[in-house]
Amino acid sequence: MYIIVVGGGKVGYFLSLALLSEGHEILIIEREADKCKVIAEELGSVVMRGDGCEVRTLEDAGANRADLLVAVTHRDEVNLVACQVAKHKFGVKRTIARISNPKNEALFKMLGIDVTVSSTNLILEQIEEKLPTHSMSHLLTLEDGNLEIVEVNVQTGSAVIGKKVSEIVLPASSLVCLIINAAKGAQVPTASSIVEAGDHIIAVTQPEYEAELRAALTG
Amino acid sequence: MKIVIMGCGRVGGMLAGLLDEAGHQVTVIDIDSWSFRWLPRSFSGKALVGDGTDVETLRKAGIEEADAFVTTTQGDNRNVMAAQAAKHIFNVPKVVCRIYDPLREDLYKSMGLETMSPTKLGANVLMDIVLGKGG
Repeated sequence: MYIIVVGGGKVGYFLSLALLSEGHEILIIEREADKCKVIAEELGSVVMRGDGCEVRTLEDAGANRADLLVAVTHRDEVNLVACQVAKHKFGVKRTIARISNPKNEALFKMLGIDVTVSSTNLILEQIEEKLPTHSMSHLLTLEDGNLEIVEVNVQTGSAVIGKKVSEIVLPASSLVCLIINAAKGAQVPTASSIVEAGDHIIAVTQPEYEAELRAALTG
Repeated sequence: MKIVIMGCGRVGGMLAGLLDEAGHQVTVIDIDSWSFRWLPRSFSGKALVGDGTDVETLRKAGIEEADAFVTTTQGDNRNVMAAQAAKHIFNVPKVVCRIYDPLREDLYKSMGLETMSPTKLGANVLMDIVLGKGG
């Protein structure tokens, strides 16, 4: 594939390195001369100096034959415009934008950006998962079905300890799928399975019932 | 009319002053309060410090009730992003977006945004003056 990467900072550099090693044709567009020089020295002639939002720059970059454009500068508005110019002026089929402000995700989707990657959200999620006090973490979001898979840690003092699964009142569209116990391992629960302190519960729910599920399993 | 202006430079500040004088309810947003020096002393509208590309700032500026939104920051990309948010998220009836780059202006005009390129306008006016065609 021919892939244009807008932004030659750390993300752009390491992304390009990975894509090059997979055998793709890469062109990095970077505005700063110093960064261009470093990239050219490290990765070879895969960098072009210019503004990736400019029609002329993208024209010179051969955007009309690009399979994919990935905009990973640290500025959301630059990433948005680079993707929109690529898509609407040069017919690039797939565009990916990095987002710093998580609030921009909805807007970018609405404006036709195919994929958005929120670096702030990714870091937040990683840290949240590592927080010992955090009782519930997201494992996976199934966007098509509006479902998510979450993990709940049953902490000492929780009201569900000693209860059978059938006795726990769950919100609508929610299901306990798996109970992971330190001694017994992972088990698909039956109605009579009993929840113990320290268990990890894997459950399926819908985003709107997440808070209720959390309350039911940790309250 | 209720009008929100993003970017309080020479143009944004003057536009805010003119609209205010004409009796409209104007809110002007800028990331730097120092920029509000461009507002005329008589300005009776609201001046809000904040990033207009952030939807929360736009909400604070009253974008949900606004009749018009104008972007006049120095950055084409910021203008384009905020203008599209105003048009597509908040359904503001009149959105005007300043874009210096004539090529990007053409593109966003073709995508349905109401745009104005000072570069194009300025060059044309200057050409007319040079060639003696000016009014």
